[in-house]
Amino acid sequence: MGLDRHPVERYAVWIKNAVQGDLGMAARGGASINSMVKSRLPNSALLAAVAFIIAVPTSLLGGVLAGTRPDTKLDRILSIGSLLAISIPEFIIGVILMMVFATKLGWFPSSSILLPGETILGSPKILVLPTLTITGALFAYILRMARANVIEVMESNYVRTAILKGLSMRRVVFKHVLPNAMIPTITVIANNVGWMFGGIIVVEFVFAYPGIGSLLIMAIDTRDMRMLQSTALVIAAIYAFANLAADLLYGLLNPRVRVGQ
Amino acid sequence: MNASTVRGKSTAVQILVVTLAKITGLVKIPLRTNSGRIGLVIIAVYSITVIFGPWLTPYIPTEYDLDHRFESPSLSHLFGTDHNGRDVLSRVIAGARSIIWISVIGTAMGIFLGTIIGITSGYLGGWFDQIAMRAMDFLLSFPSLLLALLLITIGLQRTALDESWLIIAVIGIAFTPNNSRVIRSAALTIKPLEFVENARLRGEPLYHIVLKEILPNIIPVIGVEASLRLSFALLLTASLGFLGLGVQPPQPDWGLMVNESRSHLALAPWASLAPAFAMGTLVIGVNLFADGIRQSLQLPEDRGQK
Repeated sequence: MGLDRHPVERYAVWIKNAVQGDLGMAARGGASINSMVKSRLPNSALLAAVAFIIAVPTSLLGGVLAGTRPDTKLDRILSIGSLLAISIPEFIIGVILMMVFATKLGWFPSSSILLPGETILGSPKILVLPTLTITGALFAYILRMARANVIEVMESNYVRTAILKGLSMRRVVFKHVLPNAMIPTITVIANNVGWMFGGIIVVEFVFAYPGIGSLLIMAIDTRDMRMLQSTALVIAAIYAFANLAADLLYGLLNPRVRVGQ
Repeated sequence: MNASTVRGKSTAVQILVVTLAKITGLVKIPLRTNSGRIGLVIIAVYSITVIFGPWLTPYIPTEYDLDHRFESPSLSHLFGTDHNGRDVLSRVIAGARSIIWISVIGTAMGIFLGTIIGITSGYLGGWFDQIAMRAMDFLLSFPSLLLALLLITIGLQRTALDESWLIIAVIGIAFTPNNSRVIRSAALTIKPLEFVENARLRGEPLYHIVLKEILPNIIPVIGVEASLRLSFALLLTASLGFLGLGVQPPQPDWGLMVNESRSHLALAPWASLAPAFAMGTLVIGVNLFADGIRQSLQLPEDRGQK
């Protein structure tokens, strides 16, 4: 491992190999970090993707429903519910779901440990509780943003004109409100892809889910600095790409912020 | 001599009275809305718990009582006991202190740095603005939890600081970029106004313009930002405690309590639910307080990220 050499030199060698796609060997177990990341990253991506696919449409729907009817009963329920959900850390949502659905009802397993040879797709039950936990946090956050943006657009002059010229409410919402309210909301969603890879660390730890986040925590517990560096690098890279995608998407949707031409 | 001390005293008293009046005036802003009122009540209850905590705990929070493990809530143990027979209510009360102190000091640090950097770069513009904002972008390129995990792991090995101070530093560093961005854009709306131009033409130094002309006009924005960040700081501190990187056992910590008792969910669910409930109500209170300021001043919803 070259422990006799200077840390700066070891770091330079690690960086040189890392940019070429070789993250080195783990301190324990004799496996390469590459193979560990490769076996766990798809699990995390699957968890994130499923949570995203469930959370985005439902929360947008909820946000539009609440935003077009501010101060009604439905709006109150959705607003208070989402305030509750953003005020509770992910691990508490996870533990409460575990308490209800694993310990009390016994519907789903409380931990997501895979036996050797098993895959997530072979035992999809272990995906349910971690997905629900992430979905809960995402749902509340996107719903609040969508609601605020819809309310803002509803008060604008062009929406008032559209209502006054006799368009049906459905047409006003779909033609005028939605496209304009969605621009800032979609940026928030894209930013959340990156946030999710931070929050996913905690959720994977709660359920012992075999993903990149629990690998990072394992690296911290075993003081495996090279593994910590590598997993942090992978997560930060995904985060950076998600943010870049958010910026590009914003320019695509909102011609006013485009520069150059 | 005498006259000057008396005059000195009276101006000191005057300054104190004026500052107190200003603070009560500011606290009244969120009280115009229902959310602000509820939020302030919750914050007041937790402040009392933090200040008088050691006198309020019915049992010693760290004392084992192995004859009374996993006892369900009763009159002698309102929230029951945990896997070591410790009184859960006492641990929840004692745990409020560390998490609230850590979050408040960390947030204050982030707000302080963010305010100075934000106003200065908003007012100056040019190369200072460019360098400061690009430095902030660099810090923003990590999710805050990942940044916290990295800095704490390295800090525990390389510095003499303990977990609490490291978390405070991490919160301060991680929240500075978002704070300074929000405060910079608020400062940009004040900058073109006549009184700032006036002060500049009078030849006032930079610190006077930043602290005396621009700062007082964006206090509400800073208030909303501070309470929002405080709620994120509480969530981050609790998550770190849960991951085992916060306050160390046997000291009571809400996140750690949930982690320690989650393997006994079937036997003693109250040992996890009590700290979870305390955490939830506190953050809801802080969020409601922020909503109260925002609603009564009609500021737009925050578009920042966690």
